[in-house]
Amino acid sequence: MLIIKNLKASIENNEILNGIDLEVNAGEVHAIMGPNGSGKSTLASVLAGREEFEVTDGTIVFEGKDLMEMEPEERAKEGIFMAFQYPVEIPGVSTTNFLKTALNQIREYRGLQPLDAVSFLTHLREKMKLVEMDQSLLSRALNEGFSGGEKKRNEIFQMAVLEPKLSILDETDSGLDIDALKIVANGVNQLRSKDKAVIVVTHYQRLLNFIIPDFVHVLYQGKIVKSGTRELALELEEKGYDWIKEEYKSTLV
Amino acid sequence: MKENDNILEEITQSEYKYGWTSNFEMDSAPKGLNEDIIRFISARKEEPEWLLEWRLKAFRHWLKMNEPKWPNVKYPKIDFQDIIYYAAPKQKVKPKSLDEVDPELLETFEKLGISLQEQQRLTGVAVDAVMDSIAVATTFKEKLGELGVIFSSFSEAVQVHPELVKKYLGSVVPMNDNYYAALNSAVFSDGSFCYIPKGVRCPMELSTYFRINAANTGQFERTLIVAEDNAYVSYLEGCTAPMRDENQLHAAVVEIYAADNAEVKYSTVQNWYPGDKSGKGGIYNFVTKRGLCAGHHSKISWTQVETGSAITWKYPSCILKGDHSIGEFYSVAVTNNYQQADTGTKMIHIGKNTKSRIVSKGISAGKSQNSYRGLVKVMKRAENSRNFSQCDSLLMSDTCGAHTFPYIEVSNKSAHVEHEATTSKIGEDQLFYCNQRGIDTETAVALIVNGYAKEVLSKLPMEFAVEAQKLLAITLEGSVG
Ligand SMILES: Nc1ncnc2c1ncn2[C@@H]1O[C@H](COP(=O)(O)OP(=O)(O)O)[C@@H](O)[C@H]1O
Ligand SMILES: [Mg+2]
Repeated sequence: MLIIKNLKASIENNEILNGIDLEVNAGEVHAIMGPNGSGKSTLASVLAGREEFEVTDGTIVFEGKDLMEMEPEERAKEGIFMAFQYPVEIPGVSTTNFLKTALNQIREYRGLQPLDAVSFLTHLREKMKLVEMDQSLLSRALNEGFSGGEKKRNEIFQMAVLEPKLSILDETDSGLDIDALKIVANGVNQLRSKDKAVIVVTHYQRLLNFIIPDFVHVLYQGKIVKSGTRELALELEEKGYDWIKEEYKSTLV
Repeated sequence: MKENDNILEEITQSEYKYGWTSNFEMDSAPKGLNEDIIRFISARKEEPEWLLEWRLKAFRHWLKMNEPKWPNVKYPKIDFQDIIYYAAPKQKVKPKSLDEVDPELLETFEKLGISLQEQQRLTGVAVDAVMDSIAVATTFKEKLGELGVIFSSFSEAVQVHPELVKKYLGSVVPMNDNYYAALNSAVFSDGSFCYIPKGVRCPMELSTYFRINAANTGQFERTLIVAEDNAYVSYLEGCTAPMRDENQLHAAVVEIYAADNAEVKYSTVQNWYPGDKSGKGGIYNFVTKRGLCAGHHSKISWTQVETGSAITWKYPSCILKGDHSIGEFYSVAVTNNYQQADTGTKMIHIGKNTKSRIVSKGISAGKSQNSYRGLVKVMKRAENSRNFSQCDSLLMSDTCGAHTFPYIEVSNKSAHVEHEATTSKIGEDQLFYCNQRGIDTETAVALIVNGYAKEVLSKLPMEFAVEAQKLLAITLEGSVG
């Protein structure tokens, strides 16, 4: 589904991604872990098409198409979704209205008729249950005055509504208490299917107790320095990141 | 919802869409302004002597006055002798009903999306259509008449209800109030007259649609709304003009009079031609709008969505004379390209326990300049008066300007005046967030801007709100990215 080769990206001439190789197939869940500042959010943003970052080398192919040729909204319409680490507030625009606009633009791109009000609301209700989203949040302005946890839950709710092929969750677990974490994880798990893939970006392995990944990658200084399975995450929890850093340094010598 | 689909559709078709002209045989005054021209206008309208005298008096005032220089706008000097002050599409006979109106005139309004014949049948809105200097048709007249509501063109009111016109004309905006009000008083062409008798709640929206068609012509319409004790009316005003390379002057006067317990809601969607992308052409919109809350517990609300005109200079105001009277001003002013707007309000608290509320949302894009200018004045006698003002500016580019000039004068210690102001730039983060959800940038801008202006848009009557949302989107098209 997604093939990243030798991806390098920089901002204001600082190279942040340093040659990333990653392949994600349909049905898989990949976790990307790593210490703060290692480039996890940058990778997510580059995949989503954020323009601040300049891709200086490498290729990203999504479902056989060159992602780099696409605007952010085209990528979204092709089925890429990113749950933001810091969701944005849009005053005066309700979550419902926002999602209806988004969903209908995506549908239009795929040659589908826009959903009428009734079908849209039915769709919305179904997804609300999935993440135990409160009705009252939907009529309020998007993310405005939402608590940290509500914002994160709203991201997963949006993901559920828009039904992307590839979801990238950037630190969706941070700021969530254990109950909220379970709800979010449960939501993600219910959306797992053989034709969808998820990239879970996280600092802690906690979330991975609930969303069991098929692969775990450690990002450090803009490179994937180690890949493994779920055991790697547990090892990281136990030992921290220092040994990874040491191991990486020794490869450089 | 449905509106958003429409916005999408609209957004793909760029440019000003009302820019065409109609070809009518015209009856026009020669260019220029002098007492003979005023006599010409008055004679064409078969006006009574007192009105001619009133016009001439205004003209003599005007001659001694100077153009205001304080607004934060720049434009070349206007040559008042180079303007035609009266132009009317020739109608063979004076129409008594819609069936007698020149079909081409009806077609013109049809093209603007205002079907006068449809209006006859559909419930909801009574329309008075004014093109260049004359009123084309007023719908629903009989139905309103049964309630004693008078809704007609100004000229007709002068003929049919001279005593009412004489009583209220100039009572809120004196003929020598300011330069453009004086000019309007001298040469005003037509407009709407609306009278709601005691205790009547007008059952439908009253609406006037103004259209400038002729070239080199000024439009000087005059609107007078009178609501007697316990009366209520909601009034809408819309306007468009053809695209022309030269600037055209529009100097209107609106007067509202509200007696005891009366309420008047006045909504405007101003969409005069704004000029092209390089700033060529467009309407100079120099307008005086004022409401007098004469009676106790009276209320006047102004809601305006200003998207058009090369230059806008207008301050719909409320004089809160009656005790417990309320004045409101809700405004969205959008400027793009080289448009300039200097707009705001004046709330003059005279009576006791008077309240006013100001919500102004400025949106500037391109190389435009957008100023809010507002005065809150509390007079000595105005015990316990309250004002709340919220003035927000949203910037869409680095090259535009947003300015706020709030003036507050308080002469009564018990008054409570609150002013809040914010300036923000449309966020890259917000746009990216929308893009990431599959929403293209134009739609994202429309969404964000409509959200920003929501408090004002929600004050508009439903039909107008949809129209206004679309207009905001079209006006700001291509302003980001
Ligand atoms: N907008 C930016 N401008 C400058 N530097 C940035 C910007 N965004 C991220 N960086 C830098 O890139 C590096 C990686 O950041 P990030 O991708 O956010 O890391 P992570 O998500 O793994 O914590 C950090 O050193 C950070 O300071
Ligand atoms: Mg991060």
